[in-house]
Amino acid sequence: MSETLPHKQEKWDIVIEPKTHLLQLNLKEIWRYRDLLQLFVRRDFVAQYKQTILGPIWHIIQPVFTTLIYLLIFGQIANIPTDGIEPPILFYMSGITIWNYFAACLTNTSATFTANASIFGKVYFPRMVLPLSVVISNIVRFGIQFLLLLVFMIFYYFKGYSIHLSFAWLFIPVLIIMMAGIGLGLGIIISSLTTKYRDFAVLLTFAIQLGMYATPIVYPSSFLQKTPYKWIIEINPLSSIVECFRYSLFGKGTFTAGDLAYSGIFMLVVLFIGTIIFNKVEKSFMDTV
Amino acid sequence: MSKTVISVEQLSKEYRLGQIGTGSIAHDINRWWYRMRGKEDPYLKIGEENDRTKKGNSEYVWALNDISFQVKEGELLGIIGKNGAGKSTLLKILSKTTSPTKGCVKIRGRVASLLEVGTGFHPELSGRENIFLNGAILGMTKGEIRRKFDEIVDFAGVERYIDTPVKRYSSGMYVRLAFAVAAHLEPEILIVDEVLAVGDAEFQKKCLGKMQDVSSKEGRTVIFVSHNLTAVNTLCETAIYMKNGRIAKQGNALDVIELYSKTESEVVNHKKWPVDERPGDEVAEILEARLVDKDRNSITMAHTDQQIGVEFTYRVKKQGSQPVPNIHVFNMQGDNVFASAEKSNPVLGVPGTYTTVMWIPDHLLNDGRYLAGLATSTFVPEKVHFYAKEALIFDVVEDMEKRDVDYRGKMPGVIRPKLNWETIKLD
Repeated sequence: MSETLPHKQEKWDIVIEPKTHLLQLNLKEIWRYRDLLQLFVRRDFVAQYKQTILGPIWHIIQPVFTTLIYLLIFGQIANIPTDGIEPPILFYMSGITIWNYFAACLTNTSATFTANASIFGKVYFPRMVLPLSVVISNIVRFGIQFLLLLVFMIFYYFKGYSIHLSFAWLFIPVLIIMMAGIGLGLGIIISSLTTKYRDFAVLLTFAIQLGMYATPIVYPSSFLQKTPYKWIIEINPLSSIVECFRYSLFGKGTFTAGDLAYSGIFMLVVLFIGTIIFNKVEKSFMDTV
Repeated sequence: MSKTVISVEQLSKEYRLGQIGTGSIAHDINRWWYRMRGKEDPYLKIGEENDRTKKGNSEYVWALNDISFQVKEGELLGIIGKNGAGKSTLLKILSKTTSPTKGCVKIRGRVASLLEVGTGFHPELSGRENIFLNGAILGMTKGEIRRKFDEIVDFAGVERYIDTPVKRYSSGMYVRLAFAVAAHLEPEILIVDEVLAVGDAEFQKKCLGKMQDVSSKEGRTVIFVSHNLTAVNTLCETAIYMKNGRIAKQGNALDVIELYSKTESEVVNHKKWPVDERPGDEVAEILEARLVDKDRNSITMAHTDQQIGVEFTYRVKKQGSQPVPNIHVFNMQGDNVFASAEKSNPVLGVPGTYTTVMWIPDHLLNDGRYLAGLATSTFVPEKVHFYAKEALIFDVVEDMEKRDVDYRGKMPGVIRPKLNWETIKLD
């Protein structure tokens, strides 16, 4: 165990230090672990429906029943208008599909550290792989529900309703990425905070429930335009995404380009803050979790 | 000279004791306030030396305190120390699962740690799916895993169950599969915690054998943490002895182990019974026992090539009783290695205090830890006057440099006699 020769001192592969560079994304490292990312996505998807009879069909049953309930309560009983989208069932289903995606991204990524503490405590791999895998595996689920929505649209087309086809459809992937970005950003912020104080996990569960009512899911944005609650929709960065999603599908929705830009900027900001906090926490969370 | 692959420089790690709750947010705010004013973290100063047996005043302790050392390529380094000495914390930092508070570690090459096998196994997934998932978690690519897949399944011996969910596996199969994946990693630096060595004897042997192969045949660096001094001695050339978060000694494995067992282990090389606790009856009672070398000097541990003396002092109280001193030696597995008694000695017929030494010849005991029970008895009628069970506990170690066979692993067997071999040519 003699001294290191001076000329050899420079080239090290790994340097472990107390301080992190704040905005180190380690994209190169994440790319090196892409196989792991893919396997995590597969695990999420496969493991969930092992030993069930219906398997992935559960992805369809849940939104169909939620849609029917919303249709009954908000449509039939409360008589809330659906922005002229006909039949109303498509209005609710489209809202639920995109909201489910956001809620799943947020809930699942926010559990990143606490749910995987046992793995994180023993092996190192870029921690960001896990929240990313959650976002991706939820895209698969979203895809299934979106296909279901299309099936319903085609079904109603044959019953005499029209399908609104336009170039706006091309915008849907962008909306999904924005939803994913906001869900991921908020999720990793919350997961980082939860490592030390579990209060945030408790907060999140009902924040998501309440959040749905602050987003035009069960009512159209236009419904609130003339009420004093308009500001809620306006500060909610998800509103314009949902409205734009419906506009792309059905040609009806209330939003401006400025609203979308606001959502986009919001996404970048939460991702930026999320990455900083996540990087800071991932190094030492094993001591506090 | 081979190059340095790990360089640990002034590494320290602080932990907060107790619960995290409402109290810790006050500390967090305080810490933030100090930092805003450009001052040092106030909680770093009050950290105490980590000795879990003593009650401290501070909520913060240094699990690692200013550790520096270097590891060369192909070296097999052992780390020993009591529970809580900082070994696991050091491994956690080396394997990047937690970060240091101060100092840094520089590493050349890929590091893989076997802190616990089977990390990330998902019970619902099949053996096949888990091999891929676990391999990827440990840092292998899918291509690498696919190339080694058959080898892994073969090593684990679970071919028949490969498409069954691992929750249906017996615990033995589960561990075998998990170890098989880990054993087929090809990192430049392998970190092994002794958690690995909790399986059955066969499994332990497999683990240790694999580590030796990795180091000697493949020229990789291995860091091995263990309480098992014999394993460290046979496997490692160099060792580090950690105590309360600091390095107490580093260097040649045998020297380090010798110091360790001198200062830390439950070795009892000298025992003196207080007056009212002396085992014994109206015929005889024991006063003192100690382990000595051939010159009757006290020793803490013995070498395999050294004569060992077990000396005990006792008082005979009854005229004409002539008790017979005898000894029972056990190994840590509880096997009675041997028992021995002195011939009936007329000297002991007179009351008084006596000292008896029993000499264990060199090259009799294998390396390992032994317990010696000391007794005196009379046989007609049969009666035991005292039996001081586990009176002495001592280690026998082997100086690997003096071994005359090229085999470097642990010699099996309860005893290790030096035997004569004869080979003649027949044609």
